[in-house]
Amino acid sequence: MGVSIDKAILAVITTNHKLVPAGTNVFHCGSQQEMFEITKNLEAILDGIAHALKDDLFIIVKH
Amino acid sequence: MGHIEFLYPIVFGVAVGTALRVYMLKTDYRQYPSYLHGKVIHLALGFIAAGLGTIIVPALIKEEYTAITFLTLAASQFREVRNMERTTMQQVDSFELVGRGNTYIEGIAVAFEGRNYLVILTSFVTTAAYLFINILAAVIASIICFFICRALMSGNRMKDIVEISYIEPHFDGAGLYVDNIYIMNIGLPERQKEVLKYGMGFILKPKNFNAMITIANLGQRQAILYDVTVALGVYRDSGTPALVPLAKRDLEDGRLGIFVLPQVKEVEKAIKVISNVPILENAIRVPSKTLSQGKQEQ
Repeated sequence: MGVSIDKAILAVITTNHKLVPAGTNVFHCGSQQEMFEITKNLEAILDGIAHALKDDLFIIVKH
Repeated sequence: MGHIEFLYPIVFGVAVGTALRVYMLKTDYRQYPSYLHGKVIHLALGFIAAGLGTIIVPALIKEEYTAITFLTLAASQFREVRNMERTTMQQVDSFELVGRGNTYIEGIAVAFEGRNYLVILTSFVTTAAYLFINILAAVIASIICFFICRALMSGNRMKDIVEISYIEPHFDGAGLYVDNIYIMNIGLPERQKEVLKYGMGFILKPKNFNAMITIANLGQRQAILYDVTVALGVYRDSGTPALVPLAKRDLEDGRLGIFVLPQVKEVEKAIKVISNVPILENAIRVPSKTLSQGKQEQ
């Protein structure tokens, strides 16, 4: 039985460098396309859902 | 000390009881039990139940009143059946792409226990009719029992309490909506496209206040999602948690927004499936009854 983290922000992916708080895994991206790519991969890897908070700010949350 | 006069009634009673169990064991939309060993277990238990129900009558005729204590043994035995079914299904549930949910599982487990009691009752009545009247009466009694069991085993369905309509899901920003009911936030444009391509939305409008409370039950909602998944497949895999069928509620008027991702996108079929989802015993709420009694529940 593995331990899994629920209802927590596992990663933040953004193109806006000013937006992101510290204390979580942040992925700064150069372009929106790059952001989508990284989000897609992280979604699969972390088994979480990618939610868009703003156009330039995505989070991965496990439910 | 052979009591040959009891032979035929006993055989008849056991046969009818077992036949009834077979009849009630047909694999239906719940897909359970679908494997041979599961069926064998239930047929064997059905046979035992039929035997117990049958034996009581000759035992009473022979004034062996202590034989009635057998029934307590039977009761604990069949409660065990319920536990067994519950445990099995709960273990299996975690490996389903869309799970049944505990409420549904409990409902099925209770049905399994209840069916054995129906078998006991049927065998008892049939054998009694054979012994006290004749074989013709026994045949009639068994037919009546079949119909009674069928009536007892079929509860209400969703179509009795809700009106179902199909609505194409849509996105407002990253929010997925069915009609005006918010389902979830899906961020990636690629996922959004998939969701729109495969997703189907349904609005379940409760016909009255009781229905509104009943469909609010999370177990009932999960049962709907599960049944649609079983009938139409699901566009989902492990590692794609974003593709998840969900049912959310409109807090204003209690309507239910169902979002599903079937492999086969057929509106008519889906509506038919949702219509036939059983109303779970543990989800049924009848607040109107409480209110009409005009007193607080203790």
